[in-house]
Amino acid sequence: MFKRIELVVLATLAACAVGASGFAWSADRQGPATNAVIAGVGRSATPAEIRAWDIDVRPDFKGLPKGSGTVAHGQDIWEGKCASCHGTFGESNEVFTPMIGGTTKDDIKTGHVAALTNNSAPQRTTMMKVSTVSTLWDYIHRAMPWNAPKSLGTDEVYAVVAYILNMADVLPNDFTLSDTNIAQAQARLPNRNGMTTEHGLWDVRGKSDVKSVACMKNCPVADKLGSELPAAARDANGNPAGQTRPFGETHAINLASSDKAAPASATSAAPAKSAGLELATSSGCVACHAVNNKIVGPAFKSVAQKYKGRSDAESYLIGKIKTGGSGVWGAVPMPPQPHVKDADVKALAQWILTIDP
Amino acid sequence: MDTDSNCVGRLRRAPENFLSAEDIAAVAAGRRGFLKKAFAAAGASLATGASVRALAAEPAADAGDPAILTLPEYSKTLGKPVAANGYGVPSKFEHNLQRRESPGLTRVSAASVAFAPLQGLFGIITPNGLHFERHHQGWIDVDPDKHRLMVNGMVSNAKVYTMDDVMRLPSVSRIHFIECGANSSMEWGNVAVPTVQYTHGMLSCCEFTGVPLSVLLEDCGFDRKNGKFVLAEGADGSSMTRSIAMDRALDDAIVAYGMNGEMLRPENGYPLRLVVPGVQGVSWVKWLRRLKVGDQPWGTKDETIHYVDLMPSGQLRQYTSIQECKSVITAPSGGQTMLDKGFYNVSGIAWSGRGKIKRVDVSFDGGRNWTTARLENPVLTKALTRFNLGWTWNGGPAILQSRAIDETGYVQPKISELRAVRGTRSIYHNNAIQSWKIAESGEVSNVQAY
Repeated sequence: MFKRIELVVLATLAACAVGASGFAWSADRQGPATNAVIAGVGRSATPAEIRAWDIDVRPDFKGLPKGSGTVAHGQDIWEGKCASCHGTFGESNEVFTPMIGGTTKDDIKTGHVAALTNNSAPQRTTMMKVSTVSTLWDYIHRAMPWNAPKSLGTDEVYAVVAYILNMADVLPNDFTLSDTNIAQAQARLPNRNGMTTEHGLWDVRGKSDVKSVACMKNCPVADKLGSELPAAARDANGNPAGQTRPFGETHAINLASSDKAAPASATSAAPAKSAGLELATSSGCVACHAVNNKIVGPAFKSVAQKYKGRSDAESYLIGKIKTGGSGVWGAVPMPPQPHVKDADVKALAQWILTIDP
Repeated sequence: MDTDSNCVGRLRRAPENFLSAEDIAAVAAGRRGFLKKAFAAAGASLATGASVRALAAEPAADAGDPAILTLPEYSKTLGKPVAANGYGVPSKFEHNLQRRESPGLTRVSAASVAFAPLQGLFGIITPNGLHFERHHQGWIDVDPDKHRLMVNGMVSNAKVYTMDDVMRLPSVSRIHFIECGANSSMEWGNVAVPTVQYTHGMLSCCEFTGVPLSVLLEDCGFDRKNGKFVLAEGADGSSMTRSIAMDRALDDAIVAYGMNGEMLRPENGYPLRLVVPGVQGVSWVKWLRRLKVGDQPWGTKDETIHYVDLMPSGQLRQYTSIQECKSVITAPSGGQTMLDKGFYNVSGIAWSGRGKIKRVDVSFDGGRNWTTARLENPVLTKALTRFNLGWTWNGGPAILQSRAIDETGYVQPKISELRAVRGTRSIYHNNAIQSWKIAESGEVSNVQAY
């Protein structure tokens, strides 16, 4: 009798072990061998913890919090926090690819963006591609603005989404977007019918749409090359000689010493990284500033140009880096940078002022 | 008997520093035969006793390579002590091998890509410091003490794990490739970039160590009946999210902390990232903070606005994930110069998101005739496989290609075959055969032969 009970206990334990570590590995990829029950590792999440992180919003609007925002409020937020990267009308191609453009009233009717087929738009904008309005809501909420993700409140996210959809003629000027009417916006999204999952690239056992055969001898080939590296692209990524080891079975082409090509230009893929640029990179400055072009903030080059002549240029820049500022270069404020050490702030200011315009 | 002249492919190696900048330029400019002249000149100057830095092709019995005859300083001095570098770094002579951005590809370096220098790598493992980078809102260095992994959604017990917890769970170590879905994207329409670093460098392969995702899902009691997808979410500013199909999640996905024997690098998700073998890199969510089980995919930004493949019909393919079979020759490859006629070890890598590599064929005549290459062990599922094939270059024009076949029988296609179905505007999933043209000058360049 006692033996019987023991057997039952053992069997139960074995079942637990299988249940808790029930791997679905194929034969050549054995799961970790374990005969122990995984228990007591990790703990249950509290409701408050789940609320804090469980922010995803699905295409069927599961996860969408209650709230609302007007197109007008969205415009205010847009001009203060979004326009500097995306342009006043979402049209800017300067920092990111444009958000707005390439969609028509007819697209809103059909749910298919015609410009995706007829190539009439110079670039694929966000609005041409996006098929689910939840995607905009979820992404703006979790990741925008660029340099201050997750700083927008729920109603502000509704407002910004409303304004974006207004710029794309999906919503009228006086619209208030909310959790109760967001389906109306979805029903007018220009590319809502533009996605397909009918392809073999989602499932590992899926069948490819492209089928080639492995011919071995006297195989058909084209008479001439379809495409060759354009002359201008030869050094567009820098001088190959600087990008691989200088010995081995082949050597890299050295465009610097060749009489065929111009020396590697300033667009080289391997710009000599100055200590200043490295410091700017490690201090996080390059998330918003580049040496030669505007991102969220001005180019370092432009800052140098503007302040070089001032006798207090260095101390002025030190102050700006430490405490931040706004209004000089546009609406987006530069936040204070308390994490950067004083010596590094000074070095950064000095380096910026050495950059030639 | 002069055996050398009968031995096809016998090549005398030039001593170090034998080629001056002018000589390299001469190769690039197509002036072949310069080697012979240089040998003759060096031999003559040796004979007259002048100081030379090069070696004659047939040195006199009492002459030779100064690199041999004159002992270098390091053979006559004491070397450095142990632990001079507490964390070892590559030789200073290797500094050219760096991951690099491709100018003009992106405008913001925090939402950009740095390509791995495949032209300089051997075998199948990517060194951690040269693993390609792709970030959507900059990279972060997470304090592992503060890192938490939450599992919620359709589970009977939503749970939180610390790194201590994660590292107590059963672990596996497996070698897998990771390739960005946009690798080779610049070449859908025509040749655009010069070297294999930029044509194929959004590709790396590491041994990853971590907990099978299935273990975590089991531990939280996931809904086996209705749970069809897992959302993975990062802890960075972008809190990047991707939907993973449940069969991928349960098959071989790993919640990984280890990478080639050490912890993940911050740029690659320290301290925790998802590894989804065979699936494009964007799904390998870095700085992984949350896994959520659901019954529908999430249509996230990187599933709806980016990483959608535009077909000629105007439809966008959503959730394209699997990286189909592909290969590329890394030596010789674009931007390089052959040193002379003779023997070369043609070497490259092949991989498939659907399993193991079964065969790799190499062509030297632009795809007319093919020879099967030698696969090096190990040949692992959803991992890079190294192939090699000896070749004697006769100095004439040649076009080198490799074509991989995976265990499903799928044959890596020509670019023309891809275009016939998918057009030229899909951006993602270009797995076409790569062609490298070798000119008579010895210069190797990127071309499309189909």
